[in-house]
Amino acid sequence: MKKTFVTAVAAMMVAAPAMADLVFPSLSYRTGPYAAGGIPFADGFADYFTVLNERDGGIGGEPIRMIECETGYNTEKGVECYEATKGEGALVYQPLSTGITYQLIPKTTADGIPMHTLGYGRTSAANGNVFSHTFNYPANYWDGASGAINHILEINDGNIEGKRIALVYHNSAYGKEPIRTLEELQKKHGFELTLLPVDHPGQEQKSQWLQIRRERPDYVVMWGWGVMNQVAIQEAANVRFPMENFIGIWWSGGDHDVLPAGAASDGYKALAFHNVGDDYPLYDDIQKYVVDAGKAAGAGDQIGTVVYNRGLYAAMLTAEAAKEAQKIHGVSTLTPAMMRDGLEALSMTEERMIGLGMPNFGPTFEASCENHGGGGRVGVVQWDAESKSWSLISDFKPTDSELIGALIEADSAAYAAENNIEPQCK
Amino acid sequence: MPVAFLNFMEVTMNGLMAGVLYALVALGFVLIYKASGIFNYAQGVMALFSALTLVGIMEGQVPFSHLINAILGTEIHHFGWHINAFFGILFTMVVMVGLAYCVQRFVFRHLVGQEPIILFMATIGLAYFMEGLGDLMWGSDIKTLDVGLPQGGSLAIENLTVGLAAEGARYYGMYIDKLDMVATVVAAILVVALVLFAQYTKQGRAMRAVADDHQAALSVGISLNFIWILVWSLAGFVAIVAGVMWGAKSGVQFSLSLIALKALPVLMLGGFTSIPGAIVGGLIIGVGEKVFEYQFGPMLGGATENWFAYVLALLFLVFRPQGLFGEKIIERV
Repeated sequence: MKKTFVTAVAAMMVAAPAMADLVFPSLSYRTGPYAAGGIPFADGFADYFTVLNERDGGIGGEPIRMIECETGYNTEKGVECYEATKGEGALVYQPLSTGITYQLIPKTTADGIPMHTLGYGRTSAANGNVFSHTFNYPANYWDGASGAINHILEINDGNIEGKRIALVYHNSAYGKEPIRTLEELQKKHGFELTLLPVDHPGQEQKSQWLQIRRERPDYVVMWGWGVMNQVAIQEAANVRFPMENFIGIWWSGGDHDVLPAGAASDGYKALAFHNVGDDYPLYDDIQKYVVDAGKAAGAGDQIGTVVYNRGLYAAMLTAEAAKEAQKIHGVSTLTPAMMRDGLEALSMTEERMIGLGMPNFGPTFEASCENHGGGGRVGVVQWDAESKSWSLISDFKPTDSELIGALIEADSAAYAAENNIEPQCK
Repeated sequence: MPVAFLNFMEVTMNGLMAGVLYALVALGFVLIYKASGIFNYAQGVMALFSALTLVGIMEGQVPFSHLINAILGTEIHHFGWHINAFFGILFTMVVMVGLAYCVQRFVFRHLVGQEPIILFMATIGLAYFMEGLGDLMWGSDIKTLDVGLPQGGSLAIENLTVGLAAEGARYYGMYIDKLDMVATVVAAILVVALVLFAQYTKQGRAMRAVADDHQAALSVGISLNFIWILVWSLAGFVAIVAGVMWGAKSGVQFSLSLIALKALPVLMLGGFTSIPGAIVGGLIIGVGEKVFEYQFGPMLGGATENWFAYVLALLFLVFRPQGLFGEKIIERV
């Protein structure tokens, strides 16, 4: 009897979640058609927490426990992952898919668990007054659209009246995100906008690029994902569209997007909300505490790629928000509610990034109860096919906050009315 | 000539070329269906698997390296060699024959006499198994496939046709992708080779006999096992060609398996049992979807190609359920 009791207690101790840990689930996709983008993100996300655990013993003395759950970039599986892991003491979710994000907004709000959708998801979630548990800083899709136009304005001395800009987009809710913003910007700046949808998965784009070849727009902006990106870049090269006039959203700006086209992709540009490369002091620690110790996530071959850096950056913001939460509440162990407070209080300054060994790695921003979207600063990176590297050619600059703010206000107000949500910020 | 007409011609030509690429995928389906009555859901994954294998062999990648390293704690990734495309394709063919043998030996041999829906279900399982196997063997990162195929529009054709438009017109010459031209030649060679093989070789005649009547073929001493391995091998070769052509456009990645979606309307239109049907069906779908997109796409918000291909196939089905070249099904009571 005594033996049975001891065994049962031991079993419970093993099965019960270690509540003292800081639990950060990683809803990743290492398999399926989008794995090429999912693997580097998941590796970067995991490696950052590994370096914190190995070097600092976690955050504020509390070890980090990252739970990875494979979604295959499938919305149903993503929701299953959420349901399966939320009982483990999850502090914040990073669903890494706009589809999963939309499903989880009401669930996380009801469960009181915050969600951070870095550069994806529902744009109007930037309004913290309505979306109490969703954060999408440092930039959203509408910032991306404005950032692309700002860059085109910059290289045309501030005047793009009469210029022709084509948007090649994934024919999905994600791909259609920038249209409204671009249409508003079109009215403001007087450029001509052509919309060219590409059906999923985007393996065949001959019609769209023949049209581009015939109509010769001055610039092409792309909102692509998966195979659509590689095919578009190859087709652009095929029709000899000037690569320096071809600008992709950040999800169309990974190393894996440009490498298949080889030398032809030279000069291609993409928007960015974090920096590129591995020339940062933190990477020395990653080498020492993660790679050399044999603890690198995945195959360890993604370090320094664009999407790896994005995963690293997501983890960095999570960790910094956790530190804020610990400071606010004066404790080291956290609850999801405390974590939400930390996410709202996060202020990313240059000094803070220098202290983390990541100088100028991302834009500076300050979140608040109302502002869950950060400052919306967007940079531009360009691909050098010879050295096979990206470089930041335009620093993180402000986007059209007046125009985007009005759009966010209108969209979030409609969501609030539909769901009977009262403003949460006093 | 008016620019609008020249543009229409350009769209039509590119539609024909795209149709050839669709037909390449459809051919694999036809070969297996014709000989065994199996609708091979795994054909798209076979194209992916063959392309992954080709890149892996050419780049000297160690298969299952992640698994080996995880178990043994080693750091093995590459053999350190680079093989040229010719030998790479040759070795990939050997792998595809091996795969055909395994599929026959471990799956379909045990399902002889089962309902077609059971066989179809087995190919769904096979597709997912092969996708997982490909991931485990070669990893899921995007691979650059360089077998020396040309890319980009043909300057010669552009220069030759640019003068067809009136002077001062906004016309830049006809765009024809060099890769598409190569694909057309390769597809033509492939079809001729398959037809010659089926008509003039002993194995080809045996294959046709099995396609006509399994029982009768068995009664004259033809080995069903051998023929099915042969057919799956041929489908594997076709998959290599399709994988190379599509992989050269986008890199070799897991969404390559989705090219099968492009073959379905081709099969519906051309029939499941005819090699010429796959080619003609591919051409009709290719031209139809491109011309429709060019003429009506802007009015309908664009991206009409995917659904229009199926509408076109359905229209043909209404009038000819067995497809343009399919065998008419006559069931006597």
